[in-house]
Amino acid sequence: MDPLILGTIIKIVLVLAIVSALAGFGTYLERKVLAYMQRRIGPAHVGPLGLLQIVADGIKLLTKEDIIPQNANRIIFMIAPAVTAATAFVAISAVPLFPTFSFTVPDWFPLINGISATVPSTIADINIGILFMLGVMGSGLYGPLLAGMAQANKWGILGSARTAVQFLSYEVITGLSLLAPIMLVGSLSLLDFNNAQTGGIGSWILWQQPVAFVLFLIAGFAETNRTPFDLLEHEAEIVSGYATEYSGMRWGMFFIGEYANMITISIMASLIFVGGYAPLGFIPGWIAIILKISFFFFLMLWVRASWPHVRPDQLMWFCWKVLMPIAVINVMITGIVVMI
Amino acid sequence: MNEKQKYIMLDLGGTPLTPWCRFKRVVKRTFRIELFIGLWVTIREMFKTLFMGKSHTTKYPFEKMPIPPRYRAIHDMLRLLESGHYRCIGCGLCEKICISNCIAMETRYDENQRKEVSEYTINFGRCIFCGYCAEVCPELAIVHGARYETASEQRASFSLFEDMLTPIDRLKEQEEFAGYGAPTPWADKNIKKTPLAY
Repeated sequence: MDPLILGTIIKIVLVLAIVSALAGFGTYLERKVLAYMQRRIGPAHVGPLGLLQIVADGIKLLTKEDIIPQNANRIIFMIAPAVTAATAFVAISAVPLFPTFSFTVPDWFPLINGISATVPSTIADINIGILFMLGVMGSGLYGPLLAGMAQANKWGILGSARTAVQFLSYEVITGLSLLAPIMLVGSLSLLDFNNAQTGGIGSWILWQQPVAFVLFLIAGFAETNRTPFDLLEHEAEIVSGYATEYSGMRWGMFFIGEYANMITISIMASLIFVGGYAPLGFIPGWIAIILKISFFFFLMLWVRASWPHVRPDQLMWFCWKVLMPIAVINVMITGIVVMI
Repeated sequence: MNEKQKYIMLDLGGTPLTPWCRFKRVVKRTFRIELFIGLWVTIREMFKTLFMGKSHTTKYPFEKMPIPPRYRAIHDMLRLLESGHYRCIGCGLCEKICISNCIAMETRYDENQRKEVSEYTINFGRCIFCGYCAEVCPELAIVHGARYETASEQRASFSLFEDMLTPIDRLKEQEEFAGYGAPTPWADKNIKKTPLAY
């Protein structure tokens, strides 16, 4: 077998296992953090500190009946959750997760003994990482859109209408806000972004592009359906939006996708704006990036506990009339500064 | 108690009429630190819950809140502390006053020509827990206890006289009824000033 393919397959398996486990762990973290912020204690009984709650939830989701409504479009209804989960994982394929390493399979191992392989730092070593991630995460919105329209339920239709509204609003901001840092670094590769910020805290792009950072965070919250822009499945208004008719693991796949997207957005924010895995003083790089990703993940939970939702019309108004002009002005000013 | 309360009227401002006023309000709301006050409040509560034990959670089946004495749960039949005999004298007042007709009792004279209770049941499917029976009882024999967990496999689980009667071996633990409408022992702590205080 070609060593590169073997390395890539190993990487894919690792990323799939780790990120889906982290997505499950993310639900636990979210419940715990939200509980503490609301003076509760959250899951506490299953296992130590409630840690095995993830297992209990997983068993529940897997053994639940998989209901497909009578008038639903069966095929689309069945593949829509897979779209969300798959695109969330595909987006991670362009992320440099850990350094490149080589290994040789020992001789006693059957079938593949003697093969040596180099595992690349990204699964797909492409030089347009950011564009790829934005594109794939954007296409992830097909999941809620198709799910809502396929399920023959008015709440689902409303949810998918809101998906379209939200998608049309934030995607402009994501692109425009990232344009300014891309102009500064002159590359679309996340590795180049990381290498441009290796000079400690002072060299972070955050200090040169604070406006772009805030815009990207806002758009990222909208992209992952996090709370201030949680319109797709706003329980108080449209029951559960696009997920109304889903049950069991199909429902669970939407949420694995959502949490994987949260992790991806956290990784992107850490790599693009706050120095990525460059060592930070005495902190080695791999701990630094884990800390940064954890902070951005925590920020999403924190904001969910603190701030109310917006209405869909407010989101459109906010994105098109406030954020887009700011983003365009930011890009223009950056362009002028880069030219001078 | 009579000191004047410090209520603050919020200056909410008027509704913005022109687009320019609306724009100014948006800018003001954006750049004031209100959003960050929200973030501060939640993180403060998180640290209080985590490190100062300010959680409001009661792990219910394992921990229970204390019940005020005026709480009206499943009835208890008390015994006389001196002799251990049940207090009920078979007067039938509780049966008479019961507005949902759920108490049924039969009495007879025993060998000492004393009234004894031969049958006593409360139909908890009908009982509305109004507390009249406990209020009318001249001997403080029927009182409301603290057993509020009333799910059971049998409809009759709670309703017989023997079920409600204090077990003879636990006579020492029998608590006296504080009286109908008695305040909680910790009532002073719960007193708060209301807007009527001034």
